[in-house]
Amino acid sequence: MNMVLTIARKDLTIEWRTRTLLARIVPFALLVLVLFAVALDSEPLILRAAAGLVWLAMLFATMIMVQRSFDVEIVDSALDALLGFVSSPSKVFFGKALSLFVQLFALAVVLVCASVVLYGARVEGSGVVLLVTVLVTATLGLALVGTLYGVVVANMNGRDSLLPLLALPVLAPLLIGATRATEAAFGSDTIDVANGWAWAAILVVYAVVFGSAGAVAFAPLAQGES
Amino acid sequence: MARDTAMAGGNLAIRLDGAVVALGGFPALAGVDLQVRNGELVALRGANGTGKSTLLRLCAGLTPLTRGTALVLGHNVVTQRDSVRSLVGLLGHDNGLYDDLTARENVRFVADLVGATNSDVDSVLARLGVDARVAATRAGALSAGQRRRTALASLLVRRAQLWLLDEPHAGLDSAARSELDDILREATSSGATVLYTTHESDARDAHPRRTITLAGGVVAHDVSPGTHATHMGAERAERPR
Repeated sequence: MNMVLTIARKDLTIEWRTRTLLARIVPFALLVLVLFAVALDSEPLILRAAAGLVWLAMLFATMIMVQRSFDVEIVDSALDALLGFVSSPSKVFFGKALSLFVQLFALAVVLVCASVVLYGARVEGSGVVLLVTVLVTATLGLALVGTLYGVVVANMNGRDSLLPLLALPVLAPLLIGATRATEAAFGSDTIDVANGWAWAAILVVYAVVFGSAGAVAFAPLAQGES
Repeated sequence: MARDTAMAGGNLAIRLDGAVVALGGFPALAGVDLQVRNGELVALRGANGTGKSTLLRLCAGLTPLTRGTALVLGHNVVTQRDSVRSLVGLLGHDNGLYDDLTARENVRFVADLVGATNSDVDSVLARLGVDARVAATRAGALSAGQRRRTALASLLVRRAQLWLLDEPHAGLDSAARSELDDILREATSSGATVLYTTHESDARDAHPRRTITLAGGVVAHDVSPGTHATHMGAERAERPR
């Protein structure tokens, strides 16, 4: 566990130094929400789409954050050096995923607050607990899938365009589940809180599946083994 | 023959028997037979593309073995790769540093992963001549020589049993090269084994007790001071493939 925390702390220190999240990704994600609101130009429609727009902005932001997370690893072959001595490469996977989770969770909180301000979304009663659960499970899924696919494309030419091409289809179930559960938390007419919890449970299963896959596949993928 | 007899006791850091590594279908190593005893300081020479770096990566458990057997510090690099990794220190052409962390933070990161202390970090930085100003500078702003020293400090803090260094003298000035040679000799004196690659022109690097030359992915010459060269695979190396 110490190794996982050490690796996560290293990534968060780099993020703190470079301010990528604060200076580039938060403004980008907020801009996406604003542009969607302008484009839809209908209050009932915006309110209905609020949950989906938040998670769509999260998906776009995840792509940028994953690329940044692996850019720092490949510039001077740091990931290669790291995997050369850690006793368990899966801890590198979980360390990087943990760092990504922390950043994505912070971003998700900002975007949900923004959706309340911009779109007039409301969270009340049992919806609050559901919303917090969805934010945790969905961002965990995003972090795990992002880290897994980040290492897949890390050593490829054109990785910037390959990452979304490969990862977005895999993230489609997460987008659906997170959107439906968040709609329930927002008190939508189309889905109640009980159904929202069912979607949250699916998000947990999704995170467990990709967490297990990443633990097994990370080292061979990082080292380009067949 | 004398070396073979001496090594029969199993006091080996590296034992490769017919090791073949194919990279993209090309045999980067084409059947290497090699034995290195614990505590040896061995220089690995050869022209570009003869398999020096591949041999180091194989011994570090980072490159899959296609055929043959490879034992490192008594562990099979195929089936016990995780054990090999924790005992071996590899420094490749790149330094493996994070540009946005300071030199000290880079070394501290490695130290935290292997359970070394803050005083260990200070000690290796001082040993490598990384002063406080350089230690507090982001790695991305360091010169090539300072980056190399920082990378060596990261390697030193790990206290690996087998050091695998790919052209460690590259980018160092003469004073730093001399310090590095002292460190390598100290390492072997304290029981570690060092295998490093070097260009053929750098004949004086580290004053190795043994020099191995690779050609065509096999060991062509194996020379220890005061002995005649052992031509182990020159014939095979010259054979067109």
